Amino acid sequence: MIELRHINKSFEGQSVLDDISVSFEQGRTNLVIGRSGSGKTVLLKCIVGLLEADSGDILYSGDCFSRMNRKEKQNIRQRFGMLFQGAALFDSLSVEENVRFKLDMFTRMTSREKKDRVNFCLERVNLSGKNRLFPSELSGGMKKRVAIARAIVMNPRYLFCDEPNSGLDPQTAIMIDKLIIDITREFNMTTIVNTHDLNSVMEIGENVVYIHEGKIWWQGTREEILETENPELSDFVFATKLVRQLKKLDDI
Amino acid sequence: MTLLQHIGRYTILIKRSLSRPESPRVYYRRLIREMEVLGINSTGIVAIISFFMGAVITIQTAYNTESPLFPAYLIGLAARDSILLEFSSTIVALILAGKVGSNIASEIGTMRVTEQIDALEIMGVNSAAYLILPKIVALMIIAPFLSVLSMAVGIVGGWIAGTTVGVVSTPDYIYGIQYAFIPYYITYSLIKSVVFAFIITTVSSYHGYYTRGGALEVGRSSTLAVVHSSVVILLFNLILTQLMLA
Repeated sequence: MIELRHINKSFEGQSVLDDISVSFEQGRTNLVIGRSGSGKTVLLKCIVGLLEADSGDILYSGDCFSRMNRKEKQNIRQRFGMLFQGAALFDSLSVEENVRFKLDMFTRMTSREKKDRVNFCLERVNLSGKNRLFPSELSGGMKKRVAIARAIVMNPRYLFCDEPNSGLDPQTAIMIDKLIIDITREFNMTTIVNTHDLNSVMEIGENVVYIHEGKIWWQGTREEILETENPELSDFVFATKLVRQLKKLDDI
Repeated sequence: MTLLQHIGRYTILIKRSLSRPESPRVYYRRLIREMEVLGINSTGIVAIISFFMGAVITIQTAYNTESPLFPAYLIGLAARDSILLEFSSTIVALILAGKVGSNIASEIGTMRVTEQIDALEIMGVNSAAYLILPKIVALMIIAPFLSVLSMAVGIVGGWIAGTTVGVVSTPDYIYGIQYAFIPYYITYSLIKSVVFAFIITTVSSYHGYYTRGGALEVGRSSTLAVVHSSVVILLFNLILTQLMLA
């Protein structure tokens, strides 16, 4: 479980996160949604420690991340898995080397054990046999899947996904969403997904947090989101013609 | 940012880079790779430039000492001392600052803007040490060899050019090369090459590591890496010369 207590962050006097307090439960996919510039990415970067919050506490299973020293942070990060918006695969390494990277750095597994683990992870994301390809030879969706394989290679306790579906076609996006929810349950992880994609919200939004102007405006489930009477969230959810039409049909 | 802030941030980055590796085996593999990329792949350009440098120094020395008062072997002696004292270390370092420095800054800068460095940090890897330490060690190991290569090729280049143009005979040139030889000059040159290797890798890595933005900024970092490395090399050339030869 990840708990945020009164997180504040500002850049040059401009408040980006304003007193954010929320809990993200284990074994569920927690979605942070909001418009572009609402503070989602800054929040995620604060949670993983790429940015330091001005004030407030971030607790990982009760341990305060903000008060850990550099070494302790490095240790807890070994239990993180992260899927970046652009996948962030290492260009100079093959698919297999990318997935194996953490095993090489932090374990004493034999080459055989590492190979088996990498093959298991690649199989899990339907990329068996692509071991020798390099990131430049992969499509956008394949890169995201390799990034997921890399994220789960050491059985992480926490998974973070920043806009996992950006730049993907709807079918590939659904495949990525399905992978995220499946591995969250399989590995019993605490998963936080940053997105503004409503399809993702409806596919995997077990706990949805809506952020607007750096504040939490709404929290609920994917079922509740369509019935919301919060005007800001309503504007966000029903921004597209397609969703409005579906809502009309549903009302009829 | 002020110069003082840059120096402070550079110092912190270097301190982080020089910390204990998480996996010595992975770092060793990276070290070997960097020795190839930064060092072995630079031998061609170092050899070509050193050859022509030696040739030009010899011919220029010959034309500037066209007097019966100057013995002919002076051409070989002047070429040797110029190559040993200055060209094989400083000029080779400036060449490497252009080739290797821009390579390092653009590689690390691209990793920064494509979030690969963030990915390393999220995994719990000390990204500064993982990316920069093998480069520092690799170039510091290889640079003295490049310097020795440059000395040898430069002297041979001077001999070929001098005898081909007819400004000096082979016996005079060889006598000049051997005359009043001070072995310490080689030590001095090798020490300089090691210091310059540290400057090239760290200054270029600094510019790459703190790149912000996109492709345009990566190009800008690459340019700044070459310019700043060159300036710092020249500054330290002056300091080391005063310290070691005065």
